[in-house]
Amino acid sequence: MKFKGNVWKYGADIDTDRIIPARYLNTSDPAELAKHCMEDADKTFAEKVRLGDIILADKNFGCGSSREHAPIAIKASGISCVIAKSFARIFYRNAFNMGLPILESSEAVDASEQGDALEVDMDSGEIINVTRNVKFTARPVPLFMQELVNAGGLLESIKKKGALR
Amino acid sequence: MRPMTITEKILAKHANKKEVIPGELINAKVDIALGNDITAPIAIREFKRIGAKKVFNRNKVVLVPDHFTPNKDIKSAEQCKVLKEFAIEQKLTHYYEGGEVGVEHALLPEKGVVGPGDVVIGADSHTCTYGALGAFSTGVGSTDLAAVMITGELWFKVPESMKFVFKGRLNKWVSGKDLILRIIGDIGVDGALYRAMEFTGSAIDKLSMDSRLSMCNMAIEAGAKSGIIAPDAVTKAYVERRTERPYKFYASDSSAAYCSLKEYDCSKLEPQVAFPHLPENTKNVSDAGNVKLDQVVIGSCTNGRIEDLKVAAGILRGKKVHKYVRLIIIPATPLIYAEAMKKGWFEIFLKAGAVISPPTCGPCLGGHMGILAAGEKALATTNRNFIGRMGDPKSEVYLSNPAVAAASAIKGRIAHPDEV
Repeated sequence: MKFKGNVWKYGADIDTDRIIPARYLNTSDPAELAKHCMEDADKTFAEKVRLGDIILADKNFGCGSSREHAPIAIKASGISCVIAKSFARIFYRNAFNMGLPILESSEAVDASEQGDALEVDMDSGEIINVTRNVKFTARPVPLFMQELVNAGGLLESIKKKGALR
Repeated sequence: MRPMTITEKILAKHANKKEVIPGELINAKVDIALGNDITAPIAIREFKRIGAKKVFNRNKVVLVPDHFTPNKDIKSAEQCKVLKEFAIEQKLTHYYEGGEVGVEHALLPEKGVVGPGDVVIGADSHTCTYGALGAFSTGVGSTDLAAVMITGELWFKVPESMKFVFKGRLNKWVSGKDLILRIIGDIGVDGALYRAMEFTGSAIDKLSMDSRLSMCNMAIEAGAKSGIIAPDAVTKAYVERRTERPYKFYASDSSAAYCSLKEYDCSKLEPQVAFPHLPENTKNVSDAGNVKLDQVVIGSCTNGRIEDLKVAAGILRGKKVHKYVRLIIIPATPLIYAEAMKKGWFEIFLKAGAVISPPTCGPCLGGHMGILAAGEKALATTNRNFIGRMGDPKSEVYLSNPAVAAASAIKGRIAHPDEV
């Protein structure tokens, strides 16, 4: 999987209430959630984000609530992948389970600014900042997580194992 | 055999292994899987989409519509309806609504649905609460919940454990909430990321179950996978008359390995207040300064239990809530509600000018029952003070224990309980 898009850059400890505020959790419809994605961190995001754009964030992205609405809202907004210095644990699991590509790279986050053009190769973990002409390699995704992604997500991998009843 | 922590022992047992090592990926059997009105609709949708027909065990999948209940609007009602229909279709034993439902993490221990030695997962980040009973319990997302509903198992990476030792006597007005706020203040909101937090020491031995539950409840606010306290006589007294399934007490080996060790002298701790907009922004209540309040909330899965309401009643007895403060008290379960009423605390609360809400998560996550306007400030016994958590993104939430909350409601500003 390869992605190309412009950077939306955010700081540390972006919690799931800022990704999708609880006042919108009375629905789980992806299109509806996308309308309010990042609303309490950045009011312009939902309106201006373009298909393929990439979120870059400092440490502990997605901390707080377990709401899977957060990665669902990000994916439905058109974001192709999220690159952060680190991810909160439940957000990390959720992203792999529901199919939002994520990578960890402190160097790429530090060297890139809002609006930069990025190219990301999920298989090799290579991140190219086209605007600044610099290249980074993300922390490798654990093999087990790669297998989950290749299977099409957690439930698809369960189905393939014939565990449905 | 390799010495293990309590967390490693519980996970090894549920993965049918003699031992596990931190970092190892395992498949573990799950004793209880929990969903609520926010997270379960997605899990149920995924369950059906993938073609599953039947949950792995109708006694082990628990649905608790507690976040936006009593239904705050039509969309919330539709979500709760999804839970109800699934509970009926799957003949779930543990489905609660109306006058039976309470805040999930207060309700499940109270009803004995979860117990010592269990592996519990919940599609709610505060599922880590049950560590107070000596269970391994952790929050996951909706897809993970769907996977467990189908298979009864889930993959875990065995976490490293961090040890926190509390010695000495707790000062007056200091509770489990203050111990965990102090830790989060020290290590930060990602200080325990991916790890298990183990709380131990002579002060923990003397801690009530309600205080232990509020302590483990907030392990997630340090980024932890789980929080745990080894079961003891306090645990036994609590679970004996509640737990419906056989339970098992595990304990860490004395030579078990920890990735960190931190010791606290409780005699030096005073009540803590977390300032906006992260739980790590903690201060001693005496250093809080003059923070004027518009609202005080006493409740939630962190501090809506009987001990919490007792402390609040003791402080509010014969007193009046400040003229320009709304005090909202939310007993966490119907049983706690009934008990508080029987003990005469409702009269104290009402005479003081408080509002008593039915059990609900309500304002804790900005759902309903007490939402803040722009510029308003609230002190809450809840667990998060993120931007916009209780309402408008320009409002502020401060976190404290129930004693500080009650005293502050009277004073109209953040106050030490000794001031009233």
